[in-house]
Amino acid sequence: MSKVTLTGNEVVAHGMRQIEPDVVAAYPITPQTDVVQHFSSFVADGAVKTEFVTVESEHSAMSAAIGAANGGARCMTATSSQGLALMWEVVYIAASFRLPIVMAVVNRALSGPINIHCDHSDSMGARDSGWIQLYAENAQEAYDNLIQAIRIGEHPDVRLPVMVCYDGFIISHAAETVHLLADGQVREFIGPYNPGRHLLDPDHPITVGALALYDSYFEHKRAQAEAMRRALPVIEAVAADYAKLSGRSYSTFEAYKLADAEVAVVVLNSTAGTAKDVVDDLRAGGAKVGLLKPRVFRPLPVSELVAALADKKVVVVLDRADSMNAFGGPLFTDIRAALYDSPKRPLVINYIYGLGGRDTGVDDLSHVFQEGLRLARGGKPELIVNYLGVRE
Amino acid sequence: MTLPGWKSTVPGGHILTPGNARKYETGEWRSSERPLWHPERCIHCLFCWVYCPDGCIEVKDGKMTGIDLAYCKGCGICAHECPVKGDKAITMAPEGEQTDGAKGGNAQ
Repeated sequence: MSKVTLTGNEVVAHGMRQIEPDVVAAYPITPQTDVVQHFSSFVADGAVKTEFVTVESEHSAMSAAIGAANGGARCMTATSSQGLALMWEVVYIAASFRLPIVMAVVNRALSGPINIHCDHSDSMGARDSGWIQLYAENAQEAYDNLIQAIRIGEHPDVRLPVMVCYDGFIISHAAETVHLLADGQVREFIGPYNPGRHLLDPDHPITVGALALYDSYFEHKRAQAEAMRRALPVIEAVAADYAKLSGRSYSTFEAYKLADAEVAVVVLNSTAGTAKDVVDDLRAGGAKVGLLKPRVFRPLPVSELVAALADKKVVVVLDRADSMNAFGGPLFTDIRAALYDSPKRPLVINYIYGLGGRDTGVDDLSHVFQEGLRLARGGKPELIVNYLGVRE
Repeated sequence: MTLPGWKSTVPGGHILTPGNARKYETGEWRSSERPLWHPERCIHCLFCWVYCPDGCIEVKDGKMTGIDLAYCKGCGICAHECPVKGDKAITMAPEGEQTDGAKGGNAQ
């Protein structure tokens, strides 16, 4: 174990070096670029034996990863924003082929207008693609999620691809002090790859990518959905093993001063760090506020979320993406729907925030908590879906 | 045939039994025309055997013996490629039309 000060992207590149996948196929895009830049240096320096495939687009990056994974290789890639959008059709195919490809998604706004800064519209758009999605508050969590993602995706009960999401620039380009495991510890934790059935096994020939029409497509999708459900206990079990190794504990979400809170704010990724400071300030003044930071968005840990939130007076869900559905962001609609069957359920409101990298600071989050506290005292919401920090 | 339920699907949609294309009779959804083979005009060049994308041309001892309609999609490539001058040895006819003794497009 070593303590280093690196940017989020450098930390993730080191994680990939330690994992040493058989194949990495990637195309550069801001703010992911230096993940693959640093990884390509590791390849050039002989630090890894990985076959590094420089492709002409992200569609080709994912296609090459799918081809290699179908050939029995452990594969990784990384992308952001338009890159993920360009991958689109093959992202779904990786999941339906049940290939445990791990992809770092450095969250960046989708065009247009063209923008290179952080929001979650890229990975949120892929929330129904059949990939497991892990979210990270900081570089340490991005690294820890990356290592665990290999074990989660490759687990025989799961066999699904995993996105490891973290905030573009805010985390990807800011230097933090993080703890890296020793190379040998990572290798031992992930173990050798068992690809199961694959195309380069001439003794057991298979067909991959066969047509499945109205008589069998539905059954395949149902089985895929079940694999996503089975991922939840696997994610918990892998986190328990990882805690023994690293001393850092993870679950499907982090509850921060949540147990006795009357007002809970739910927010993903780096903004959760700012929100924790606001919780501390408000707690010092006696306000019963807390934070729930989802780590696993797909599969959605419904019963765990309901157990943690149902007894609150007010839940304020923050979305760094707008679904453009006129009923709030994706995290909001999922959490509000999850709470519907609860006999006692809180008022649930939504703030869309931080689009295109709009900074969301302590004052913005204080406003959100204060609105939650006002509602908890019996105030009426003006709107269920609100926009935070946009100029009127 | 009872189709398997979702719990019996092979993960990833893999097909584990090579050669199973034989079980899928593509001729079930043949287009509106089917090929008719006229053996009296056939020169057994086997161009049709070479070009047929579904392997429907039946051959024995180097001679064409018929057309397997179970897999014929009615694309007409065999008739197009048949090099016989004048009336070709393979012609296309609408489904159900009388065959006048031609083989391959046997009565349906």
